[in-house]
Amino acid sequence: MPVPLSYSYRNLLTRRLTTVLTAGGMALVVFVFAATLMLAEGLRQTLVSTGLPTNAVILRKGSGTEVQSGIERSQASTMTTRPEIAVSADGSPMAAREVVVLVGLIKKSTGKVSNATIRGIDVKSVALRPQVKVVRGREPRKGTSEIMVGKNVAKGFAGTDLGDRLRFGKREWEVVGVFDAGNTGFSSEIWTDADQVMRSFGRDAYSVVVAGLRDYGSYAAFQAGVEGDPRLTAETFRETRYYEKQSEMMADFLRILGVSLTVIFSLGAMIGAMITMYSAVANRVPEIGTMRALGFGRGSILLAFLAESVFLGLLGGVMGLAFAALLNFFTFSTINFQTFSELAFRFTLTWDITFLGLGFSVFMGVLGGLPPAVRAARMNIVKALRAA
Amino acid sequence: MFLIRLVVKNAFRHTLRSFLTILGITVALLAFGLLRTVMDAWYIGVNASSATRLVTRNAISMVVPLPLAYRERIRAVQGVTRVSYGNWFGGVYIDEKNFFANFVVDPESYLALYPEILIDPAQKTAFLRDRKSAAVGRKLAERFNWKLGDTVTLKGTIYPGEWEMVIRAVYDGGRPDTDVTTLFFHFDYLDETMKKTTPSRAGHVGFFMIGIDDPDRAGEISRAIDETFKNSQAETLTETEKAFQLGFVSMSEAILLAINLVSYVVILIILAVAANTMAMSVRERTAEFAVFKTLGFKGPTIAAMVVGESMILSLAGTGIGLALTAPLATAFGNTLSQYFPVFAVSRQTIWLGLAAGTFVGLAAAALPAWRVWESPIAESFRRIG
Repeated sequence: MPVPLSYSYRNLLTRRLTTVLTAGGMALVVFVFAATLMLAEGLRQTLVSTGLPTNAVILRKGSGTEVQSGIERSQASTMTTRPEIAVSADGSPMAAREVVVLVGLIKKSTGKVSNATIRGIDVKSVALRPQVKVVRGREPRKGTSEIMVGKNVAKGFAGTDLGDRLRFGKREWEVVGVFDAGNTGFSSEIWTDADQVMRSFGRDAYSVVVAGLRDYGSYAAFQAGVEGDPRLTAETFRETRYYEKQSEMMADFLRILGVSLTVIFSLGAMIGAMITMYSAVANRVPEIGTMRALGFGRGSILLAFLAESVFLGLLGGVMGLAFAALLNFFTFSTINFQTFSELAFRFTLTWDITFLGLGFSVFMGVLGGLPPAVRAARMNIVKALRAA
Repeated sequence: MFLIRLVVKNAFRHTLRSFLTILGITVALLAFGLLRTVMDAWYIGVNASSATRLVTRNAISMVVPLPLAYRERIRAVQGVTRVSYGNWFGGVYIDEKNFFANFVVDPESYLALYPEILIDPAQKTAFLRDRKSAAVGRKLAERFNWKLGDTVTLKGTIYPGEWEMVIRAVYDGGRPDTDVTTLFFHFDYLDETMKKTTPSRAGHVGFFMIGIDDPDRAGEISRAIDETFKNSQAETLTETEKAFQLGFVSMSEAILLAINLVSYVVILIILAVAANTMAMSVRERTAEFAVFKTLGFKGPTIAAMVVGESMILSLAGTGIGLALTAPLATAFGNTLSQYFPVFAVSRQTIWLGLAAGTFVGLAAAALPAWRVWESPIAESFRRIG
């Protein structure tokens, strides 16, 4: 015969301060656990959604990132003539030769310099990224020192609002537009004409060639064609895969940090649960004896105390996740170690993280509550009754 | 004296509970100590920098190079004693997972600027003489089991190709915070190859390291250097080595801030645990404290006893935790040496830990102590814990 569940949670209600303190400790652990996973997930989602599966990215072989890559003009022209590339309405290939450089700009939040990405764009660049929408002002004209900035740049860096003038690469650039690329890496970039960037930075080579393919399936042929061409020293990636790779190092770092912190912190919280449950058992020795005398078995007693501890854990889990959910409204902006440029991303709560957090809080409850529950279950009836 | 004995006895009245509380505090202090040390490790480049060194780089950003020809003009600036130069090479050894820092430098002037890089004279001569050779830090050599004379191939990410070099020197750190996980090789080796393959990129460096005679004039000399190149093809930004390193750190400020916050969260977690222990312990003894009051003990004395118990538990945990922090950090540092070249517990961490432990002890006892102080005798007798 099982002990009614109400016995377990009502016991928690009677000792409020203890319950709140114990659950509070576990809530903090779940909060840290969820927050770091949310950060890693936000980073991954931002970078994964930056690319389109039908776009291909060509970099110099072995360079890994756009900033480190370099593609000579002649090579870039060869690449854009591949037959797998879609053709636009005017008959030209849907491909863009772009140059990517980093410039130091001042962050509003800290007043210190951080690296912003400047993307020198080609005629087709905007068409290749349907996520990019100009929300204020207009696109920069070709052949001018006009720039448009992503919404996270406008928000995060000083002097980058519409109409402002920025100085880098020996000249002044006028901000003529702000674009929103949704939750993608482009929102943390500054776009302007590629030729102007190359001229003012004294660069002779593009960084990357982006090609819009005819369809998803033609990537294999495109890759084989480009990488097999003896005139080129290049490698290709699907755009989605390329951006996902950029998130790997940082996401791993966040995940390892988060998990190892949580493991250590949860030890503290489990000890808290154990202390609470041991004292719950110690205070109720005669009560436990009475229940045993009434006919509740050892298993039922064990389950009743375990349930109490699990409730405690769940309470902590729900509290922790509720706080973590509030983080959904915050944006986190930092240097991506891999690209060495500033990237803004949001804390993102997913169902997976919610379940993991709840599961983890139950796990803490079980582990913390098991030894005391075993002690309660193993009590000798006569001795327990005598303790009254 | 009698009171102290009473406090000690009461603190360990529930052996299991006291033991668990101490264990909890120990774990929390360990976590706190490690997190602080991780943050310190981040700042290691800043602490290791010298006040007599300046760094000049392209004003646009770190990734844009400067012409090597600037060297002579920098040398001509008053107050400059020595100029060296180099670049981040960013080579990959076999696989990206084997990450370590690798630079091309002008070895002779670079080693002269960095007296804390200690190399055996014979090895130094061998390294300087062989253009296709490298000097590696002791820890790095141990990590990959490299020995003098071994050939290492780096795959270039910024400079395409396979770069072969022979290890001619293994250096040690002259100071505890010297980074001994870096590989240096000859700028000339890189530049001569670039001249053949992509001449447009030859003759460019990533940064100039500059030695100055008077640290007090650092600002003045920096301005003089930047002034020299104003309105030229590549404008420069010169700052002290410390400011330069700090610039790197501040870019990942958001992460540091998060780690900082989290290190205090663990203190809060353990505060909840300790406060719970004290609350329970006082609640169970409500009647007992009433007896004390009947015997003539005043409220403040009894409250002080409660605080004393809490402090004993908290400081015991803190003491054990702090004592274990250093050995744990050593073990931790050895496994993570590729991320954190130097991983040592600072004195400040120990003091902060001690302060946190004291805070936990006091804060955990605050509410229960106040309750015993305040509660009237008759009421206390009436209550059943």
